[in-house]
Amino acid sequence: MHRDSKTFLALSRRNILKTAGGAAALLASPAILRPGFAQSGTIKLGAPIHRTGIGASYGRWYERTATAAVKVVNEMGGINGRQVELIVEDDGTDPKRGTEVIEKFASQYKVDAVFGHLFSNVVAAAAPRAGELKMPYFICSEASLLGAGKLNRYTFQPGITDVRSQVTSMAPWIGDTLGKKVTMIYPDYNFGHDHRDFFTAAIKAQGGEVVGKIAVPPTETSFTRYFPQIPPSTEVIYHVMVGPAVLTFVKELGDYLGSQRPEIFGFIDSLEGVDFATPQLGFLEGSYFWEAYPRYAQANQSEFDKFFREKVGVDANGASVKDGKDISTYSHMFSIWETLFVMKQAMELSNYKGEAQKKDLVTAMESISTLAESREHPQGAKLFNGKTHQVFGSQNISKVEGGKLKVVHRTSIEDGLYDTDADYTKMAL
Amino acid sequence: MTKSAYRNNLFLTGVVLVLLFFLQFVLPDYHVLMGTRMMVLAVFALGFNALLGYVGLLSLGHAMFFAAGLYGAGLTVYHFGWSLPAAFGFAVLASALLALVIGAVVLRTIRVSFMIVTLMFAQVAYLMVLYFAEWTNGQEGLSLPLSARAVHLFGATLDLSSAITRYNLAFGLLALCLMLLFAYLASARGRVATAIRDNEGRTEMLGFNVFAGKLEMFVLSGAMSGAAGAAYALLFGYIGSTFASFQYSIEALLFTLLGGAGTLLGPLLGVLLMVAMIDKLSELTSAYLLVIGVVLIVVILWFPKGILGTIRERWAPWLL
Repeated sequence: MHRDSKTFLALSRRNILKTAGGAAALLASPAILRPGFAQSGTIKLGAPIHRTGIGASYGRWYERTATAAVKVVNEMGGINGRQVELIVEDDGTDPKRGTEVIEKFASQYKVDAVFGHLFSNVVAAAAPRAGELKMPYFICSEASLLGAGKLNRYTFQPGITDVRSQVTSMAPWIGDTLGKKVTMIYPDYNFGHDHRDFFTAAIKAQGGEVVGKIAVPPTETSFTRYFPQIPPSTEVIYHVMVGPAVLTFVKELGDYLGSQRPEIFGFIDSLEGVDFATPQLGFLEGSYFWEAYPRYAQANQSEFDKFFREKVGVDANGASVKDGKDISTYSHMFSIWETLFVMKQAMELSNYKGEAQKKDLVTAMESISTLAESREHPQGAKLFNGKTHQVFGSQNISKVEGGKLKVVHRTSIEDGLYDTDADYTKMAL
Repeated sequence: MTKSAYRNNLFLTGVVLVLLFFLQFVLPDYHVLMGTRMMVLAVFALGFNALLGYVGLLSLGHAMFFAAGLYGAGLTVYHFGWSLPAAFGFAVLASALLALVIGAVVLRTIRVSFMIVTLMFAQVAYLMVLYFAEWTNGQEGLSLPLSARAVHLFGATLDLSSAITRYNLAFGLLALCLMLLFAYLASARGRVATAIRDNEGRTEMLGFNVFAGKLEMFVLSGAMSGAAGAAYALLFGYIGSTFASFQYSIEALLFTLLGGAGTLLGPLLGVLLMVAMIDKLSELTSAYLLVIGVVLIVVILWFPKGILGTIRERWAPWLL
């Protein structure tokens, strides 16, 4: 086909100039220059957030919570007299991108520490790189990787308990109150496998057993075909799902079970960020959920919880104060708040002034042991194990009553403690 | 290819390689790291382009070969403690063998059928990675042990946690693949490949074995993609199922289309632009993939043959 300069696909000099101009404008944008504009004399913290991908519903609220926490810290005078600068990057909830973002924080932004990674598959990929780059890396993932000795000296989880601790502390209550024959429905990757393995052991210790294990691939969008695998002898259905299809999962579970259902015990992950007033969730009335931090303000709400809700912008129902239908991931997002305050504590302990003191920051973290319930730790008091880099706290079991979650049992910190040989303090700095 | 075209292409490729080599001395740390990643991905795109650009076969399953190299190298190191050079060699061979077997089947199809069959094979490979989670650790993937972060070669030890070492290893692989492709395309076999692309029927009429020609390029393409996967695993120390997903096959396609299918340096240019765009736009907006989609549409409208393809069409017909 003959083409001349008048065809619409032709490249005139003007077009080329426009293209080049557009590209130059893009390249000169603040995004490109941002690292150069980073303020000196501040504590720079990198937050890799799941803005997109399977963890986006969590990421949105984690970012809001981290932003609120940084604002509070700066209003308190910053850390060691320095203001805190928060640098957020999207990791797409993707292990590969998550690792790249860690590298970006370390080598481009040159941050003092990174915090906030949630999904365990992203953490598993990113933590080794953080260790290699000697970047203090504070995770909020619940993954039982630290206690298993699988991570490294630079990785800490000071804001939320891990799955092993959670299920260990709650198994006695489940066995005594709901039943001893349990069928588990969980996502088929390590987070789900942690639930499967640790809960199986914990309920067995209570004289119970797991009669059915139903693993669902994380990319699944329809669940009906899995439910016939629930054995008839099941007394308790234990479910924990994550991702954008959680609402579909719970609705389809309700459709399948009908009115004759066994007891249901779910992890709030299955409905995190989802409104309980959603039609078709009525069957959950009278069922139970694990909550790390109760979404609905309880009758005995602490002043610390009030403070946290006010600063993050969450109402008594766990929704955004600006939009009652924008439900937060309340049971998890406190972890990024609390993590920031533990980092602050460690930086103050080590009189941290800059990246040359990263090793001091690590050893200061390892010296922390108790965290009192406070504005900094609104979820409750905690014990931090400096050897395993893992925190331990209380868990809540809530019952759905009138479309809301009411706490019926709170475990003690000691209920969730477990023995492990992991000791990161023996690793080289 | 005329002598002057040969000389021009050799000169251009040489200049690009020299530039890439010296960039490590002027770029800041983060960009050295980005450059390393780009060069590894460019090898993947070169492998993809060998098939699309020079034989005219559009595969939608090339992530399978990248993942074959990634897991071939990563799993042997992780589970069997193989040395890194042995793992790399094994991974490239395994990818080539996989390409030979898969190619023998899929090359019996053409056009849309070829695209669908390659896509289906790649999905099988992706699901296998998840199914054999005991070995691969499924979605979560595996991080290579610290012992696998150094290469012992001819008495020397290369520290893979060093950004400069990694950059030079990635550069070496890219240079090798570029020169290999250059030599292949400049040879009689390369001319047969492009003849198949331009007119398959006529090539067959002239007495050439079209199937063998396609299979040869398919194996070369698979091996090159596998080499990129193996390098990625060993240089960055992580293997995960993301790399086997459909998205990765599409990324190779986009790199190639952007830079110019059927041009030697097009995939490299495509990778440079695309990775830089993703990195920078993600700082600006969470809708960065949307923006990139729009940019791609605009580029395809203005540069329907990709950037280097359009340059070749208009100003530099000698470009290989």
